[in-house]
Amino acid sequence: MRSALNLAHNDENIGTADDPTLLKQAMVRVAEVQDRESFQFLFSYFAPRVKAVLLKAGSNESQAEDLMQDVMMTVWRKAKLYAPDRGSVNAWVFTVARNARIDLLRRASSRPYDDVYEIEMESDVASGEDEMFATERAERVSEALSELPEEQRQIIELGFIEDMSQSEIAEKLGLPLGTVKSRMRLAYGKMKSKLEAVR
Amino acid sequence: MTTQHHLDDATLLRYASGDLDSAFTMVVAAHLAMCDKCRKAARDAEEIGGHMMDHVAQAPVSDDAFERMMARLDSGADEQIEVDLPKKSAPDSDVPLPLRALIGDHMDDVRWRLVAPGVRKYEIQQGKKGESSLYMLNISPGMAVPEHGHGGAEMTLILSGAYRDKLGVFGPGDVADLDEDIEHQPIVEPGEACICLVATEAPTRFKDLIVRLMQPFVRI
Repeated sequence: MRSALNLAHNDENIGTADDPTLLKQAMVRVAEVQDRESFQFLFSYFAPRVKAVLLKAGSNESQAEDLMQDVMMTVWRKAKLYAPDRGSVNAWVFTVARNARIDLLRRASSRPYDDVYEIEMESDVASGEDEMFATERAERVSEALSELPEEQRQIIELGFIEDMSQSEIAEKLGLPLGTVKSRMRLAYGKMKSKLEAVR
Repeated sequence: MTTQHHLDDATLLRYASGDLDSAFTMVVAAHLAMCDKCRKAARDAEEIGGHMMDHVAQAPVSDDAFERMMARLDSGADEQIEVDLPKKSAPDSDVPLPLRALIGDHMDDVRWRLVAPGVRKYEIQQGKKGESSLYMLNISPGMAVPEHGHGGAEMTLILSGAYRDKLGVFGPGDVADLDEDIEHQPIVEPGEACICLVATEAPTRFKDLIVRLMQPFVRI
């Protein structure tokens, strides 16, 4: 996480998000004491990113602004459901935005995702993984992604950020569907081998 | 229960990015409910989303965005959801949690329809207008699992019982997430009926035409 936090509406310098633990701490304070200053920190960090993702997924300016508000509201309301030992704050906010995309832009239901998350929260499989371990996994994922060849990175980005389906990606890039799939698998494979080193 | 057959990596990425339609999302979610390994892999795939969103070119938000947010919080919309939610369903349920919203808590309550000797079907979502369909099959021991695909992608999750094909034995929790060009003929193992959850992609027009042309020659 290299980008410095830009607090446009606050002279007070809360710090940069160079350290993912700052995001985690802010989430914990929002969850435990409903701390609005910590929420402002999260809002400044995530709102422009969430809005960017929603714009890329096809919503217009005002729709993206409204949906971003909904996503950030969900981040506030569901703050207690975030489990630091299961993953990064980034990944969790991404899933909140993804679910909003499914519910509101696609008018489908993200409930199966919530159910899986609930099972995840209840299962004790991850209990051996402490927070440090989760942080390290997130770092490995970042590392693997930044080392991907452009042709694989592009496909991952189109899928996760531009909200394009496999077949839309194939069409856009003029590639057979099978090639898109195999590049996805290659990209994921690299990530897996990095993660296996952590296990 | 040890799951032997897991999700394809490309499917995990599609689930994490939100690309799968509702029928396939349900089969994947039901598998994840039964498989710790894939659930962990799905979390890792969601880290990809976190990383990508972290590095996206940021879009400026309106000047009063945070004030608007605070106003919403002040208006009483700020109630936080507690973690210790009451459990969603009966503890004695034999249906994976995501699927309960569609079929209820107990497999015994499913209203099967006999579609062929030894083959019962329960339609959950009919594929209309290009949508994928979602249904359950209940097949008696020793019977062949009917060919249900029409050339599109298909995903089958075993909920109980088992079947065998050239790829091996598929038992509870196993998912057949196969490329559409793989031909296989599963036969239900002796002893117990095999209940599975199936998502089938709607055939594309081209495939549809081929299927119609072939129909007089092969039974589909």
